[in-house]
Amino acid sequence: MASTAAAQPGLTKPGNNSLARRLRGGDEVAWLITLLFATSVLAVTALLIGELWLGSAASREKFGFAFLSSTMWNPVTDEFGAYPFLYGTVVTSVVALVISVPIGVGAAIYLSELAGGKWSDALTFLVELLASVPSVIYGLLAIFTIVPMMREFIGPALKSSFGFLPLFQGPVYGVGYLTASLVLAIMIFPYIISVSREALMSVPREQREAALALGATKWESTWQIVVPYARLGIIGSIFLAFARALGETMAVTMVIGNDNNIHTSLLSPGNTIPAILASEFNEASGTYHPAALIELAFVLFMLTLILNGCARLLILVTTSKGSARA
Amino acid sequence: MTARNLYRKGLNNVMLTLTGVCAFVTVSTLFVILAYLVYNGGKSVDFDFFTQLPKGTGELGGGMANAIVGSAEIIAIASLIGIPVGFFTGVYLSEWGGPGYCFLVRYMCDLLNGVPSIVIGIFAATVLVKPLHHFSALAGGFALSLMLIPITAKSTEQFLSEVPRSLREGSLALGAPKWRTIASVVVPAARKGIMTGVILGVARISGESAPLLFTSFNNQDWSNGMRDPVASLPVMIYSHAIAPYDDWHRQAWAAGLVLLTLVLIANIAARLILTRGTTTRG
Amino acid sequence: MKRPILAGALLPLLFAGAAAAADTINAAGASFPAPIYQKWFEEYKAKAGVAINYQGNGSSAGIKLLTDGTVDFAASDVPMTDEQIKAVKIKPLHFPTVLGAVVLTYNIPGVAAGLKLSGDTIANIYLGTTTRWNDPKIAADNAGVKLPATDIVVVHRSDGSGTSGIFTDYLSKVSPVWQKKVGAGNSVQWPAGLGGAQNAGVAGLVKQTPGAIGYVELIYALQNKMSFADVKNANGKFVTPGFDSVTAAAAAMTKEIPDDFRVSIANGPGDKTYPISSFTWLLIPSQIADANKKKAITGFLTWMLADGQKDAQGLSYAPLPAAVVAKEKKQIATIK
Repeated sequence: MASTAAAQPGLTKPGNNSLARRLRGGDEVAWLITLLFATSVLAVTALLIGELWLGSAASREKFGFAFLSSTMWNPVTDEFGAYPFLYGTVVTSVVALVISVPIGVGAAIYLSELAGGKWSDALTFLVELLASVPSVIYGLLAIFTIVPMMREFIGPALKSSFGFLPLFQGPVYGVGYLTASLVLAIMIFPYIISVSREALMSVPREQREAALALGATKWESTWQIVVPYARLGIIGSIFLAFARALGETMAVTMVIGNDNNIHTSLLSPGNTIPAILASEFNEASGTYHPAALIELAFVLFMLTLILNGCARLLILVTTSKGSARA
Repeated sequence: MTARNLYRKGLNNVMLTLTGVCAFVTVSTLFVILAYLVYNGGKSVDFDFFTQLPKGTGELGGGMANAIVGSAEIIAIASLIGIPVGFFTGVYLSEWGGPGYCFLVRYMCDLLNGVPSIVIGIFAATVLVKPLHHFSALAGGFALSLMLIPITAKSTEQFLSEVPRSLREGSLALGAPKWRTIASVVVPAARKGIMTGVILGVARISGESAPLLFTSFNNQDWSNGMRDPVASLPVMIYSHAIAPYDDWHRQAWAAGLVLLTLVLIANIAARLILTRGTTTRG
Repeated sequence: MKRPILAGALLPLLFAGAAAAADTINAAGASFPAPIYQKWFEEYKAKAGVAINYQGNGSSAGIKLLTDGTVDFAASDVPMTDEQIKAVKIKPLHFPTVLGAVVLTYNIPGVAAGLKLSGDTIANIYLGTTTRWNDPKIAADNAGVKLPATDIVVVHRSDGSGTSGIFTDYLSKVSPVWQKKVGAGNSVQWPAGLGGAQNAGVAGLVKQTPGAIGYVELIYALQNKMSFADVKNANGKFVTPGFDSVTAAAAAMTKEIPDDFRVSIANGPGDKTYPISSFTWLLIPSQIADANKKKAITGFLTWMLADGQKDAQGLSYAPLPAAVVAKEKKQIATIK
């Protein structure tokens, strides 16, 4: 069909638009090739979502929505529930945010408002290098530094000062929710700092100058004018960091303690979705165990999808509002 | 000065100093990490590490030669798949895409970028390991390529769209077809940025361990890459770090130092390319 | 651009391994015998040129990978159940390799080796009802030992483990409460404690955590110079785990070993018997299609039953009783 169409120029009427004709030009070939590659990305992503949905079918049918609230995880009796892992995942990520957001936003303020251009760029580059450190290396470091510190100093100190709170009771193992949160906090610094700094820098200079002209101190101008102006971007960075923390596997598996129960105390061990996927996926057999694990993966995927979506929206809104840099 | 103004001034100084402290804390974390790795890894890296195979559980000595080669294999496969796909997708998004389809592709790229690495590993295992009945560097490389594609596509699109329209129009005015314009004018103009994106992407995936747990698995020996499980540095670091053997810890530090050094060099190189590049762009 | 050059330079690397040895045989499973298996595979490679890659990532993983056909053979510390055997396309045969001991290793500040623990005490510790080291129940068995008031940190396995299977099987036999509440299995709902990955992970956690107790194969405790407990056996005697007490456990049960070699010897009779002893098995498919692989695997099994057994004592495993070896040789011949 291709050759006949090309060989008969008499058929080149404006309406005759067969694919073969269009492919005569190099442009069309290039367009087709790049389109195919772009479509392959679409296809593979769709396949991923499809596999997660289909792979979890057995588990979804058996447990329904009760999967999300059940605390049983028993491969022997084929009863599975996601709650302890959801709890661990969310708690460690939230505590990580509680630790790293104040410090991260503080650092972002310094880098955007106080540090000079070259110094700010250099320091930001160093902070962004933190994001390139592989997760296993964070885990390796955590096992030999944070875990002993938690067990010998931080844990006992928290217990003696805040032991009246159920959050800081019980034995101090060294591994546990708090240790994992600390490691996660360090890992998400770069995301908060980098994006918040961009958001702060895109606040128009006039805003700051107006505040200073009215007699505000630099801090007042920053805290009461600039930061609120950039708040959407900062919140976006928090969502981004949250999503990143939720999906973190290796560093968390190495320091969370791998206990499939729920504990109120942050000093206790627990488990997260990525950690149990890493532990059990290779050995799950039968109908329900693998399906339950894939359902956990699907839940995690949906959580990060929603958070990342919100983050992108917020960041988009802020950075399109104008720039402080001329 | 009134008391209130003294208070405001004091608060100003305190808070601004605090932000400096925050910045100091975060930057110094990087240096603490580096210091630990250099100290512990430096003590442990030796010739054996690069040339010997790992010994059995509990035996002293050995090295990670197979893990170094294995990681190189897996990264090579991931790059062979991921760089072209990401690059051409970026070209499509920047040069051709209609608004609707482009939005969809960009959205899916972002989605893929946000998928936790362990889920990518599970997907690759379901698609490549289960049907073929063996672990392989191919499955590991495929999993990592899924993480490389969005990074490459995004940076390619970004740097291509920053090339001034005047360059394109000049080329078209001279009679070059669109594809020729892109290949000979636009892409070379953006090459520094694209290269940066690629280097950063490859550096990012080289440290990933979670996707490899179910795809390339691990190997005590050499492997032929396509039909056998393959050892890799990140997986070795994990298994050695959680073990009780001091000798394994030593090797984990050494591996960590090697891995981090490579990743940091790649990041710094990418940064240098980019900053040197911007001064020459018209 | 630079990409073709990059690809061209790295391509040879991809096939570097292929040019090397013949097909590697892939195996996975129990971490309990991993030290001796890896030693055996190294020796056999030097002797016969066959490369066998063994990953000790847990008995459950081994069984799953065997069922999926992703490995050539597997290893498990707990025999496969009938349902598990049915799920595999080619029926697997059980080959006991050595005997080992599951020891209770601990890290108690101020307490050296030789803590005495009875089955009931161990069950209470793992149930979470006994929470401190100076608990009267522990002190009762350990007159003269100064036990600190430290919290007991319980360590169990986070992955599906044959070692857990042996341990929970023993606990089910000595403690009706455990049997009712938790039961036996490779993965159970542990009432308390931290989880470590494989034997190495458990040993690692116990080694770094003061007050911890965990169950590992004897060699892991010995190699890391960790203390382990004397356990009370069915005859009421406290026995130190080791070559002698494990061999005694095997000897007391040899008459009852079935033809397919699937048996548990936990909490067996005999004054010198260590109660948490067990066989460990290689799971070999009864039909191996690839002639080279079949030759390599049957060759290895024959070697293992003869020369391999000599390595056992050095790594504190007990070799197989002669009657079992003879039976296994007959089973090798049945592999098609």
